[in-house]
Order: sequence, then C-alpha cells, then structure tokens
Amino acid sequence: MKLIRDTWLIYERSMYLTLHNPVWVVLGLGQPLVLLLFFGPILNSVAVSSAGFPPGGAFNVFVPGLLIQIALFGAAFVGFGLVAELRYGVVERMRVTPLSRAAMLLGRSLRDVVILVAQGLLLVLVALPFGLRIDPAGFVVSLGLLALVGLVMAPISYSLALMLKSEDALAPLLNGISLPLLLLSGILLPMALAPDWLQALAKLDPLSYAVTAIRALFNGRFADPAVATGVGLMAVLAALAIVAGRRAFARAAA
Amino acid sequence: MTELMVETHGLRRTFKGRGKTVEAVRGVDLRVAPGEIFGFLGPNGAGKTTTLRMLATLIEPTEGTALVAGADLRREPGRVRERIGYVAQGGGSDPGMTGRGELVIQGRLFGLARKEAERRAVEVLEALDLVEAADRTVGTYSGGMRRRLDIGIGMIHRPRLLFLDEPTTGLDPQARAHLWDEIRRLRDGGATIFLTTHYLEEADALCDSLAIIDHGLIVAEGTPIELKRAIAGDVVTLGLNGSTDGALNLLRSAPRVREAELSDGTVRLYVEDGDLALPELLRLLDGAGMPPSSISLHRPSLDDVFLRQTGRSLRDEAA
Ligand SMILES: Nc1ncnc2c1ncn2[C@@H]1O[C@H](COP(=O)(O)OP(=O)(O)OP(=O)(O)O)[C@@H](O)[C@H]1O
Ligand SMILES: [Mg+2]
Repeated sequence: MKLIRDTWLIYERSMYLTLHNPVWVVLGLGQPLVLLLFFGPILNSVAVSSAGFPPGGAFNVFVPGLLIQIALFGAAFVGFGLVAELRYGVVERMRVTPLSRAAMLLGRSLRDVVILVAQGLLLVLVALPFGLRIDPAGFVVSLGLLALVGLVMAPISYSLALMLKSEDALAPLLNGISLPLLLLSGILLPMALAPDWLQALAKLDPLSYAVTAIRALFNGRFADPAVATGVGLMAVLAALAIVAGRRAFARAAA
Repeated sequence: MTELMVETHGLRRTFKGRGKTVEAVRGVDLRVAPGEIFGFLGPNGAGKTTTLRMLATLIEPTEGTALVAGADLRREPGRVRERIGYVAQGGGSDPGMTGRGELVIQGRLFGLARKEAERRAVEVLEALDLVEAADRTVGTYSGGMRRRLDIGIGMIHRPRLLFLDEPTTGLDPQARAHLWDEIRRLRDGGATIFLTTHYLEEADALCDSLAIIDHGLIVAEGTPIELKRAIAGDVVTLGLNGSTDGALNLLRSAPRVREAELSDGTVRLYVEDGDLALPELLRLLDGAGMPPSSISLHRPSLDDVFLRQTGRSLRDEAA
C-alpha cells in the first residue's frame, strides 16, 4: 500500500538523519537520567515518610513519570527539525512528488516514537538497580502508552512548525505549552500532595491521565479504570493530532 | 497539432501580507512545446519563481488556468506532480544526507524500486560529475556541487517536463557549460525543460524559445532569433559631451535612424544598415559641432531586446 511504503521511506530517511546527528536524542535522554540519578534517591527518602505517595515505592512513582516526561519533551520539540527542513527546501521539494501528504507526517512521527520507546527502555534499565519493580506485561503496555503520547505531541509540534516556519517563534510557544502540561501532570511528584485548586487544574491536563495510567501499568494493575481512561484519552488525542498534522502538511505552501 | 507541454491562460498570483498586496504575476499566457528548452527571462522580482511555483503545484494561482504535462493544474495537481520534476531556486537537499542518499530517496518517492533507484542515482552522479562526492554529506559540498546535485534530484525519475529555477546561478563557466550540455541531452532524450535565468548569454545559447517577464507580465516572446530580429536593424551606441538634447533631436531626424534614446549620457540608436549609417551619423554630428566621444555598432543582442521592452538593462540587475 502506497501510504505504508511512503511512510516507511520518510521514516528511513528521518531516522538516518537523526542517527547521524544524535545530539537531540542524547540531550533528550540527559535530563531524565540526571533527574533519576540525582533526584530519585532524595525522593526515595521523602516517600518513605510521606502519605501522599501511591503504592509502589518512590521509583515506581517517579520512573513512569519520567517516561511521560521523555515523551512530552522529546516529541514536543521535533518541530525544530522540521523548520530546518523547511529552510533547506526539503519539504517543498517533496511536495512536488507523488509522496502521500500523510506519510510526510507519519514517517517523521514514527521515527520520533521509535526513539521515545528506545529512550524509555534505556531509562528503565538504568532505574532497575535503584529498586524499580516492574510488571513485565504492564511495562510493555506502558511503552505503547508512551508511543501514544508521542503521537499526540509530535504532530502538534510539526503543525506549529509548518505554521510558524521559524525557531524563534516556535521556541517560546512550545515551552509555553509543554512546561505547564508537565508540571500539572504530576510527573515529578504525585498530585495527591498538591492543594485542592491545583489538583482541580491538573484534571484539565490530559497528560495527568497518562501519568496515572502508566503508574498503574507499572504495578500491573490492568483493571484500574485509570488505565483505560489514560490510554483511551491519548488514543483519541493522537488521532486528532494526526488529522490536524496531515492537514498542515497538505496545505499548499504560502 | 501536437499537444503543448505547458499552456497557461491569464495566470495570476497575488500575495497578501500585512496590509499590502503584491501582484507578483499579473496575467501570464505561456505556450511551451514538447521537446524544447524554454527560457523564462526576467530581472529580480519579475515573477519567474512565482510562476514556476504555481506550475509545480506549490502555490495556487489567484486566477487563471493551466495545462501542465497534459494535466489540468487545478483539477489534477496529483497527476501534474507525477509527471514533472522541479528544482527550486534555493535547492532542496539536506546537508546531513549524502548526495547518493538524496538521489535514491527521490527516485523511490517517484515509485522506483530500491535497486532501480540506486542504478539511476549512479547514472545521474556520473552525468553531473559528482561520483567522487557521492557518499559525502551534502553539507561538505561546494555551492556548485550542491546546485548540480539539486538538478540531479530533479531529473532522477526522468520527468517529461523539468522545471529548473535558475539552474546555473553560482556555477563557474566550466560547470555552466557542462550543465548546458546536460540540459541539451535531456531535451534530445525527449524531455521538455522550462528554466528561468538572469543570463542573456544562457537564454541565447541554450533556449529554443523564450519569454521575457517583467513586473509580472510577459513583455516579449519568441525564439532568440525572432526576438533579436524584432529589433529591426542594428544598434549604435554614442558617447556625447556637452548638450545631449540638441544632439538627440538631430539624430532622431537623421535618415536610417528609427529610434533614439538616452541613458546616462550615452545615446542608443536603433538604425537600419548600421555600417552605412555609421559614417553618415559621424558626419552629421561633426557638422553640427557635436563630435561624439565614442561610437560603436553592434548587432542586437537579447540585452537590447530586454532594454527595448522594459527600459532597463538586465545586466545591471544581474550583476
Ligand atoms: N510568499 C510571498 N509572499 C509575498 N510576496 C512574495 C512571495 N513570493 C514572492 N513574492 C513577491 O512577488 C514578486 C515576484 O517574486 P518572484 O520570486 O516570483 O521573482 P523572480 O522573478 O523569481 O525574482 P528573482 O530573479 O530574484 O528570483 C516579488 O516582489 C516578491 O517579493
Ligand atoms: Mg526567482
């Protein structure tokens, strides 16, 4: 099928470029690793003496949150690469080929998702010696959820890049979106510790549902309704983001 | 009657931005026959790129219709894209890819199997003298190498119609001559080439037919020979000291002189039978006590055509 073939072609090319200049991949992994190594142990001692932590120990709270953070930041900033490609004329060149417009989005997003999953795996491997306990089946589903979060953020980032066409305009906007999303989602600390008004605000943050879901998954609690809610919500948002992103790629260049 | 490769009617494009609108292309009718090298000549900002981008389906015309490679531009843009190649003025290769990598992926985007695309890439690399650099990243290429690669990317799938936006800008004379040969080879292989250029020598030497565009309008079209012939006769350029107005009036009334115009202290005369007119003009000016400081005669060039049609010299702007 043409869409699949085209998506694969764009995926291959994007992946090649990323692997030959992996600065962003390394940087993207750097922050979560630093948090894990330098913040995790402190958190662990706090967790023991605090009632706000959900069951499962500090690392089982903290590491799933870091995975969502990787997905959020890793995918939110992929638009920068696209701005560069716009400037090189690569996007315009490919618009004058029979390449499927959806594949322009999906091939790049697939690359982003594969990298996210690889980063997630690596982070979990590093965290295991610290006392992280994972439910293997739950972890596999977690990686799927990670991919879904990537498929929400990457198309949004690409759409904004196509609209704004400049790093200078893109940077504050992406920061402005992703930082509140991150803080309100309870990634670093459980929202149960927050005051009521903040908890109410967090309910508006779609990512908070993903974070709750992934924590349940790490502990193997598949029956927890938070899992279905989180995965379902991310799937719907990913579908919407992909439709919007496809349209952004299809729209004629101004 | 053979079908035209490009046929446009009243093509128009207006850009709207913060309060002001730019009429980049203001009603262009073009006819490009299959198998020819068609040159689109005009100064900076004339509307060449905008026209090309419309024909390549990148931007929609504000008004007008076009048939491109046998497909209707508005109704079947997908079919147009299958049949054409397009090389943008600024190129379209990624500095992180190798030249070969870009060629292969472009071929595959047009449906070639991997093996076939790789084989074609080798042919193109050889034709454009890029074999040595094939596996280096494009970021390490010189400007001229990069330009050649961009053109290779545009022709990898053997399009029947190839749009080249200023293909030779930035090339040294040798590379330019080489590329001209390559473009001719493409034409001889049956392709139609639609290129834009600032260079009159290029239009003259390379193109089978030409259109001159200025301020979004076609001001002249035809073969280079026809265009030059449209300036009947020869061109005499005179340098004058002192009062030019008097001299200009005198010259206008001279026999054989069809037209005289003044720019920057030099007078340009369009005359019949230049070799006979020259001594007569000299005698006339001498007799009136206004001997010229310099005088020269030449056959009309495309530059003269351009100057006649637009009142400006293309050479000044292209410099
Ligand atoms: N996207 C755009 N938005 C606004 N104005 C534009 C846009 N593209 C082109 N123009 C304007 O349209 C006019 C024609 O531009 P165009 O690029 O077609 O000229 P050109 O003949 O290709 O010139 P050059 O020889 O410099 O490449 C110019 O005044 C240009 O500023
Ligand atoms: Mg141009």
